[in-house]
Amino acid sequence: MGIVIFDGVAYGMLLFLIGVGLSITMGLMNFVNLAHGSFAMVGGYAAAVLMNQWGLGFGLSLAAAFIAAALAGAVLEFVFYRRLYRAHPLDQVLLSIGVVFVSIAAFTYFFGPTMQPFTLPKALEGQVSLLGLEVGRYRLFLIGCGVAVLVALLLGLGKTRYGAMVRAAVDNQRVAGGTGIHVQRLFFLTFSLGCGLAGLGGALSLGMLGLEPSFPLKYLVYFLMVVCVGGAGTVTGPFIAALLVGIVDVAGKYYLPETGAFLIYVFMIVMLLVRPNGIVAKKGLA
Amino acid sequence: MTTTMTKRTLLSTLLLAGLGMAGAGQALAQASAEPLRIGLIATYSGPYADYGRQFDAGIALYLKEHGGKVGGRAVEIIKKDTAGPAPDAAKRIAQELIVRDKVNVLTGLDFSPNAYAVGAIATQAKIPTLVMNAASSAITTSSPYVARLSFTVQQVTDPMARYMLKQGVKDAYTVVADYASGVDAETAFKKAFTAGGGKVSGEVRTPMNNPDFSAYVQRIKDAKPQAVFFFFPSGVMPPAFLKVWKERGMEQAGIKLFATGEATDDSYLDATGDVALGLVTSHHYSFAHNSPKNQKFVKDFAADNGTKLRPSYFAVTAYDTMAAIDLALAKTKGDTAGDKFMDALKGLSFESPRGPIEIDAVTRDIVQTVYIRKTERVSGQLVNVEFDKFERVKDPAKEAAAK
Repeated sequence: MGIVIFDGVAYGMLLFLIGVGLSITMGLMNFVNLAHGSFAMVGGYAAAVLMNQWGLGFGLSLAAAFIAAALAGAVLEFVFYRRLYRAHPLDQVLLSIGVVFVSIAAFTYFFGPTMQPFTLPKALEGQVSLLGLEVGRYRLFLIGCGVAVLVALLLGLGKTRYGAMVRAAVDNQRVAGGTGIHVQRLFFLTFSLGCGLAGLGGALSLGMLGLEPSFPLKYLVYFLMVVCVGGAGTVTGPFIAALLVGIVDVAGKYYLPETGAFLIYVFMIVMLLVRPNGIVAKKGLA
Repeated sequence: MTTTMTKRTLLSTLLLAGLGMAGAGQALAQASAEPLRIGLIATYSGPYADYGRQFDAGIALYLKEHGGKVGGRAVEIIKKDTAGPAPDAAKRIAQELIVRDKVNVLTGLDFSPNAYAVGAIATQAKIPTLVMNAASSAITTSSPYVARLSFTVQQVTDPMARYMLKQGVKDAYTVVADYASGVDAETAFKKAFTAGGGKVSGEVRTPMNNPDFSAYVQRIKDAKPQAVFFFFPSGVMPPAFLKVWKERGMEQAGIKLFATGEATDDSYLDATGDVALGLVTSHHYSFAHNSPKNQKFVKDFAADNGTKLRPSYFAVTAYDTMAAIDLALAKTKGDTAGDKFMDALKGLSFESPRGPIEIDAVTRDIVQTVYIRKTERVSGQLVNVEFDKFERVKDPAKEAAAK
């Protein structure tokens, strides 16, 4: 029982780490960005290549993954995304799904269609005893990262000047602009932050998910689920949702292996019926 | 006015018809000089693009070794992409290849649903079809114009069950991916294992898109079987499973792990990494197979493709398929007519880089040696080292049907 919940929490943390960036871009900026997984993939490849070919440490590679994905996001925001902030959501879907396909083709071309090799650093291998449970070190590390990102975002969006500006711009762009906030630059930074977080999540997922060019499509449904169930535009919402999805998924597969794989979808439908706007429905207020 | 038009049309029609007939006569005379057209239906894009790449490399190597000729004729390969399992697309492509491109032979076919769809077209058009991978048993039964050079899931699973019994395993747990081939493996394993006196104490089917295996592995750990047999398609699933297996310390818990060769597919083995070390698998080809023919094959393959791309069982089968077409054409003296060609294929046996292979005279399915291998690190590389074998293994599904 204990180990099942622990595994579920760890898996949920991974979903949170990858998905929280989407909550920021989709919820705060109202942009339906289906290409979120592509940025996660950029981070994953950056980390994998740096570790395999340059022999960089895991920690530095994680930082590099964040930067690489944020840069990719910055470039795409500047060239494409900013033109569509006020466009119809369907146009945004079209653009971002296009980005997904282009990224899949590009990564296949440059890195080949097969999986990237990845070995966890020795310190994160195996298990460690925790409160009488034999838990995976890597999973424990994921939980630590998830909590750290949650705290950083809550403080960043709730307590800093930058966070206040973002919240103001989300509530009312025109008024925010009138008070002297440079909305376009703010969104540019926020979009890059969301993509950077995706990249970090992508790199952290290397120990669990296989990284190959089809990554952005394969796991898209999980990112969307976490954000929709949790409530787009919040940070705590996806956090709670990711934990619930993780625990339901792992427990379902453990106790009811025949039907367990479908339980998360049932869970999603029920949650959306009960709370159609997400667990934490208030937008902007972390 | 209209009458003259009609006359002129009639005249030109006759003229064209005459030209056409002359052309047809010429074509007959030049039949052997015309290039042999081979329609290659495979996956070149999407997550399984490696399959098409391997097919191409295997075919190119055979053609290079034989001066670009098969059965004394130049070869024209017409490649078509299905982008993965897509029976509708495969069917349409097969029709186009036959009607528009006038292919003599169809081949490729990496996924079973595609092979079934193309098999139906092959029957209608009487076009010989050689399967380069699709591993579902009934494909060759579905059409008299289909022969297989690859393997069947059951063919490699059954010897693994027998090997495990030989090792004294009496109690096994099966884990398979929930799709046609996974169910095939589960059935074949259970049948062979229980027939030999073993007991399957638990079975689980995992979804194809499963990010985290911790729940399944924990379940096995708590059930404490003597051994686990698993089948996943090659790609991301085996490494994900093996990572969790290692993390949980299953080996220390005394649970042995066995699989089919998909788990340590040479295309993915390096990327899988050390978690695969020591895993015992059964399959028909390892690029480390120890025979002069294979050593030459691997060396020539590396000369063409560099050392980063290993020849996997896809490349070998593509290479063998070209050899089979070559040998069959030698028997029919260049005739590609469906019935004659299929007759020539039946009972064909030759030496492949994987070892001796044969096309069953009755079922048109492959008969070959299935090897038991262990993943080891040999001079810095992870490879499947063969250490035991089962000779002349036929597809168990057809064996059972014949009895």
